[in-house]
Order: sequence, then C-alpha cells, then structure tokens
Amino acid sequence: MRFIDPHIHMSSRTTDDYERMKAAGVVAVIEPAFWLGQPRTNVGSFIDYLSSLVGWERFRASQFGIRHYCTIGLNSKEANNEELAEAVMDILPRYLSKEGVVAVGEIGFDDQTALEDKYYRAQLQLAREFDMVVMVHTPHRDKKAGTIRSMDVAVEMGMSPGKVVIDHNNEETVRAVLDRGFWAGFTLYPQTKMGNERMVEIVRQYGSERIFINSSADWGVSDPLAVPKTGRLMLERGIALEDVEATCYGNALRVYGQSGQFDEAHWMTPEAVDQRSLFEGNSVLRGQTPRVDDAPAPAVWAEDVTK
Amino acid sequence: MNTVVNAFAVNAASTPAVVLQQWLLRRLGPAAGLWLEEALASLGGGGSDRDLYRCVSLVSRKLGKAALELDAAERAAACVARPDWDPSSWTVDQAARILLLLVTGPEGGRFASRLDQLCATADIDELVAFYRGLPLYPEPSRHRARAAEGVRSNMKVVFEAVVHRNPYPAEQLADEAWNQMVLKALFVGSALHPIVGLDRRSNAELARMLGDYAHERWAARRTISPELWRCVGPFAVGPLLEDFSRVLETGTAAERAAAVLALRNATDADAHGLLDRHAAFRDVVAARGVDWTTVLAFN
Repeated sequence: MRFIDPHIHMSSRTTDDYERMKAAGVVAVIEPAFWLGQPRTNVGSFIDYLSSLVGWERFRASQFGIRHYCTIGLNSKEANNEELAEAVMDILPRYLSKEGVVAVGEIGFDDQTALEDKYYRAQLQLAREFDMVVMVHTPHRDKKAGTIRSMDVAVEMGMSPGKVVIDHNNEETVRAVLDRGFWAGFTLYPQTKMGNERMVEIVRQYGSERIFINSSADWGVSDPLAVPKTGRLMLERGIALEDVEATCYGNALRVYGQSGQFDEAHWMTPEAVDQRSLFEGNSVLRGQTPRVDDAPAPAVWAEDVTK
Repeated sequence: MNTVVNAFAVNAASTPAVVLQQWLLRRLGPAAGLWLEEALASLGGGGSDRDLYRCVSLVSRKLGKAALELDAAERAAACVARPDWDPSSWTVDQAARILLLLVTGPEGGRFASRLDQLCATADIDELVAFYRGLPLYPEPSRHRARAAEGVRSNMKVVFEAVVHRNPYPAEQLADEAWNQMVLKALFVGSALHPIVGLDRRSNAELARMLGDYAHERWAARRTISPELWRCVGPFAVGPLLEDFSRVLETGTAAERAAAVLALRNATDADAHGLLDRHAAFRDVVAARGVDWTTVLAFN
C-alpha cells in the first residue's frame, strides 16, 4: 500500500499530518513552491522559503519516514510584483540543480495578466535550459480558457507536452489536456476543486493514462489524506487495481522521474550513507533504541487506508 | 590540474586539497573524473560566483554520494595533511564540494563571504558538507560564526556535521560556546564520544551545567545519557560527587559503568574513596575493557 502525493504544501502542515500520512501509506511527497497566503515583499523571503524546501522541510519529512521532494518557481500571484519577480528570477537558477528538485513549478496563470504571461514564459525558458519538467498551476477563475492558454504558451516556448503537468483539472478541462499529450493532475479539495466522488467518475471515464491525483493541501481547508482516501474509494467503486495504482502512485513517478531526482529506490532501498535516511533509525545508533520500520511492503491495497 | 592545486599549496604532497583530489579521482569513473577536473579548472584561484554555486550544487548529480571508505594509508595521509582531521565517514559528494571550495584560493574574507552565500541557499547534504569542511578552510578563526550557526541548527545531521569527528570546535570555540554545544548534544540525543577534544576541553562550569541538567532529568523521571558523566568526572567534588554516588547506587548498568570511567579521571581524593566502595563493579568494568565508545552497550 503505497501512495505519492505529488502536490502538497507540507510547510503549512503539522507533524500530526505527517504521522497520519505515513500511517495511510504515503511514501513520498512533492512540495511545489507557491505563495504563502499573503504576498512576500522582498527577495530575501523567497530565498529563505526556497531554502527551507530543500533543507528544513525535507529533514522534517524524513523524521516521519516520508521522502520529500520539491519544485522551484515563481508563482503566478507574485509574478504581478514586477520588481520582486525580477529579483526572484535571478535566484531561481541557484535552486534548480539542487538535489530532490523535480520540476520548475508551480507556475502559470492566476488573473492571466501580462506580467503573469511574461514570467510564465521566462520560467518555461529556464526549464528548457535546465532540461526540466514543468508543473503548471491552472487558474481558479476562467479556468477552461486559462488552461488552454497555459498549454498554448508551453508549446510555443518549445516544451514537449510529455514534460509538462497541467494541474488542478476538472471535468471541463481534462479532455483537452489529455488529447494534447500533457499530463493531467487533479486536486482533491473538500470544498473547491475536485471531490473524491467526481474523481472516481473521471477515472472510470478516462482511464488512468497520464492522469494522477494530489491533495494540494496547504494552509487552507484541505485534506492531506486526500490521495489515500480517494484511492480507497476508487477500489470500493470497482476501479481496477492497476488504474488506482497508476493514478495514486505510478504516474507521478513516471512524469517527475524524468528529472532523475525522483526514484522509487529512494524509499524502497534507501542508501545507508544518505543523510536524509539516517533518521529512519537503524543507520546510526546514539545509545537509544532505534526505531526500526518494517521493510516497505509490496503494493497491497488494504482496506484500512484511513479511519 | 596540479597547477590549480599548487597555486596555494605550501606542501603540495600533503595538503587536504591534494589528498581529497587523489581520493576522488581514484574512485570516480572517467566521465565523473573529467567533470570534476573541469570544474576544478574553472574555479582554480577563484572562478565566478555563478560557476561556484552551480558546480557545488551539481556535485551530487554528477559524482553521486557513495561513501569514500578510505583505506588505512589514506586515513594516515589525512592526519598528515591536517592534524586531527577525520574524514573516515565522508562521502564523495562531501569531499568534492569541499575540494571545489578549497581550490578557490586562500583569501579568508572572500572565502567566508562566498561560504555564507552557499549556506544561505544550501540543501541538507550541502550543509553537511560545508560544516564538515570547517577544519580545512583558510584563516580558521573567520569561521567561528559559521560554526556557531551550524551548532544552532535544528537539523541533527547538520548539528552533527559540526560537532562529530570535527576538530574545529575544540580548536576555535570559546568555553561558553563549547559548553552549550556539549549540552545541546545531550539534549538532542547525539552521542558525545565522537566529539573531538571532549576531555581536553572539559571545565568546571560545564561540569556544573551537566550536574544541573542531570537533576532536571531526574526530577522529570527521564533517562540520562551515561555519557553525561564523562565531562563531570574530572571536577567531581562536593555535590557532584553525591551525584556520582547516586548513579553508582541506583543507575542502570551502563550509567554505573560510565560513572566508573568518569571517576578514574577525578582528582579529588573522596572520588577515589567512592570508587573503592564500589570496587567489585569497578573491577568488572576494567576486566571487560569498557571504554567511552562501548559504555553505552554495557549491561
């Protein structure tokens, strides 16, 4: 029973969440750089934030037996502060080659302004230079048009659709995204975006090719267990096991695995010398009884995903 | 490549940069070795900030993170190159990142400011490498604030990169900072025995702080690391001796063995009297050859 949550803002979550996610079978998470609920006023706070994504948060996750990866980028909301955006663009290259950075993201449109367009393009260019996958945030408002525009710009900038994840899809956008060869992310929110029941129907209708789900849990009302809960619901509703595996685990691994930074071996067979695995307990004894976890079990879709 | 290294080497045969480069090139495949040599050439004597940041970040992607697993001759070479330097647990990425820094030149001010920049945007493994490299950097006294920052870290691996198997703290930290470091090691559950210079830097104030800490733990009915007593032993008089008496009478086997080891270094006559009262146990500890690296497993 293994899950990947490929879009979750763990910096905003508690240790209780990490414990529950681990218990529910989440083995790895991807934390996209985004905004903090209120706008930052200087590049220094971006530096500290991005550093925490490759540093402190990764360490924190490791203490709960979860592997943490991230994407690096300037989000669409803060792209509207041009002076800040210019400064952030200057520092992004310092993070893109860090270990565990699996994509440029989340980038794209919010209000679909000219500045958003400018920095979306600039970051697509950066992704091409660094040969990276891109995670695209699609807007809440004017969603369908914004999604199509996001794809148009990505293609115009020379991105291969196979290296672009279009995130936060719904029933209205999924067909176009799949038809054009992009990856389709679905966010399960308790109140907005997709509900679990609707997600089951989408997988029933479209299958599991290039479709995968995430919680996008953050500082708002959201559910860090959305992926395991929805996986369980899919099974209950008769979705085939291989489709559940693909949408809750395998497809995220395939698309972000293109980065060379996101590999099943990291959680299946962690290396003893890996600093982030030291806290699994059995690599370094410090006089206390180590916590020894069972070896990761093969994918078994147990009933007790969550209580 | 030798020109790069020789540019600042006083004795090219034995500097840390020279031996690091030798160790790496012995272990890396042709493509990785070539990348490293090109990176060293571009940074030799300085290089641009952008090249430095990029090369240092790319190390783990280009060279991997295998353990160096130095052989006996290489470990001996480390000691010659830099007294008390212990890279026995270093990995390829750590060695390469530190080597890249070292070839940028011996000017301490510029080195320190670039190190600050690197640390500001570092990932965890980079931080570990940068702090493990502390004993090798030019103008050692310039890096005290950096070392203190590492000791302050909430990430135990980063904290231990400064504190364990690293001669820098014992050589450079003042007593106040040293004492806080030892106390924090106990506080976060880090072992004390890998701390270089632990016995040499023991002091009466540290012994008092550790005694207070032991009482705090006892009051809260929490366990105490047997290693705590190591730094108290040489200063065991009066109330601290009473603490030892309590440990010898009521402690776990490992705590009692640690008390015996600690009291061997006591200077007070009463301390040896206390040890004599536990002569049978003292002799078991001696007979079994217990030392500070094995005392935690004593039972």
